[in-house]
Amino acid sequence: MILAVDTSLGTAVAIVDADGARRADASSPDPLGHAEVIGTLLQRALAEAGDEITHVVAGMGPGPFTGLRIGIATARTFALGRGIPVIAVPSHFAAALSILEQDPEAGTFAIVTDARRREVAISVFRGLDADGIPHLKSETVLVPRTGAEAYLDGLDAREVTTVDAAALARVGIRAANAGRELAGAEPLYLRQPDVTMPGAPKRVGL
Amino acid sequence: MSEPLVLGIETSCDETGIGIVRGRTLLSNTIASSMDEHARYGGVIPEVAARAHLEALQPSIEAALAEAQVSLSDLDAIAVTSGPGLAGALMVGVGAAKGLAVSLGKPLYAVNHLVGHIAADIVTPDSDPLEYPTIALLVSGGHTSLLHVRDLTTDVELLGETMDDAAGEAFDKVARLLSLPYPGGPEIDRAAADGDPKAIRFPRGLSKAPDLVKHRYDFSFSGLKTAVARWVERCEASGEEVPVADVAASFREAVVDVLVTKALAACADLGVPRLLLGGGVIANKRLRDVAIERAAVAGVTVRIPPLSLCTDNGAMIAALAADLISSGRRPSTLAFGADSTLPVTEIQVAESQAEDAA
Ligand SMILES: [Zn+2]
Repeated sequence: MILAVDTSLGTAVAIVDADGARRADASSPDPLGHAEVIGTLLQRALAEAGDEITHVVAGMGPGPFTGLRIGIATARTFALGRGIPVIAVPSHFAAALSILEQDPEAGTFAIVTDARRREVAISVFRGLDADGIPHLKSETVLVPRTGAEAYLDGLDAREVTTVDAAALARVGIRAANAGRELAGAEPLYLRQPDVTMPGAPKRVGL
Repeated sequence: MSEPLVLGIETSCDETGIGIVRGRTLLSNTIASSMDEHARYGGVIPEVAARAHLEALQPSIEAALAEAQVSLSDLDAIAVTSGPGLAGALMVGVGAAKGLAVSLGKPLYAVNHLVGHIAADIVTPDSDPLEYPTIALLVSGGHTSLLHVRDLTTDVELLGETMDDAAGEAFDKVARLLSLPYPGGPEIDRAAADGDPKAIRFPRGLSKAPDLVKHRYDFSFSGLKTAVARWVERCEASGEEVPVADVAASFREAVVDVLVTKALAACADLGVPRLLLGGGVIANKRLRDVAIERAAVAGVTVRIPPLSLCTDNGAMIAALAADLISSGRRPSTLAFGADSTLPVTEIQVAESQAEDAA
């Protein structure tokens, strides 16, 4: 069975079996409090589905960094504890798969998620590829919310506020079966850390 | 369980610390620091620190296990810093600790970082057991606290703390005033080597009689920093060269004086002839020398763990949890988060009730 953890939006934990069927789901839509709930959700999912986990899938964002990192840290140490692999998957792939599972006829569409600071993250998808993975048509970008409409240019935009961890697990296991890597080790930060280079010390006046 | 094997995770600031102890025996103190990444900004950038923690955690855990020659399944418990510290940095450690504890089905202890600094003493190799009560002075870039420790696991009281900058921050800021690089502590030390500590009488914060009524054990370093800035500006305005060595030595003396004076005042007031030093600023030799010298005169014994255990580390977190376990404390529930302002009286966070302990 495959455990998936995503904290790019709310806190989502799910376990699917080797065929991708959902065996347990423990999620909180709260965009805050990831650190507080993650352990309990994990424990609840394991209690529901059983303990025989073979892979862990980690949602790599994009999403608000502070929350996003918690799920990735949890996924990595859980896998370390069991000596099993971690599969890194961009969170938008899960959102896209959820849409395609409900609406296989969806044409080209964009997953839009809040990125804080009046920006949104946008990934454009079209259909599933031969491995059953949503086909990413253009790289994920950060766009000011006010400029999103112009960027999307009439495209079918699907703004989502939660990620289904079971869908994330399915993307992950399909990628692993196909020997593909959908994300690197680094979260999809899409933004440099907020820093100001020190200038000359401020004068205090005599 | 008298000698529990515990792995501790510490991510409250810029060090990713993984420690492994067996009871009071130190097996590994693995530290990955992101200090170099902060150097060009002149101080710790929380987002840079949090990114570095996520990157460093897994390799650090693996390195610590290898050094301790134990495997994860041997562990009796996991420990983690819940606070105080930088929220975003703490959360990475909390997530990692929960993932590991649930994965292994092992108990988890969420503990207080400051009390961890005291626990550093109990895993110091070849040292006599810590005697109670003791006064503890913890000085780093993140904190400046004076504690009354009656018992490590049950009774720690905050006597005073800094009202503004931590002492380590003051070193960093004054180093910048003197155009010295980050981190400021060692740079000020180097610059002060040939300086006269009595050349300039910089102010001792919260040390005048009226301040001592309300803030007897509290610290303040922002006035000192401003005084140094003013002094440097005055030199520049009058076209004199800034006597960097004298300024550095005099500034350092002011910090050391106020730290040691207040710590020894606490020892005298409370009738406690023991002082424990901790935190990264203890690396400052002048602070150690003055503390030891003046404590000897006052009849106070000083304990200083090795520097690798004074700076933030996971071994002290593991050590504190090991002592909690040995004293019969139940594990924490999984329902705790990062608490950036966790009070020192909360030695363990979210201890489970008797009925829900497994
Ligand atoms: Zn510290």
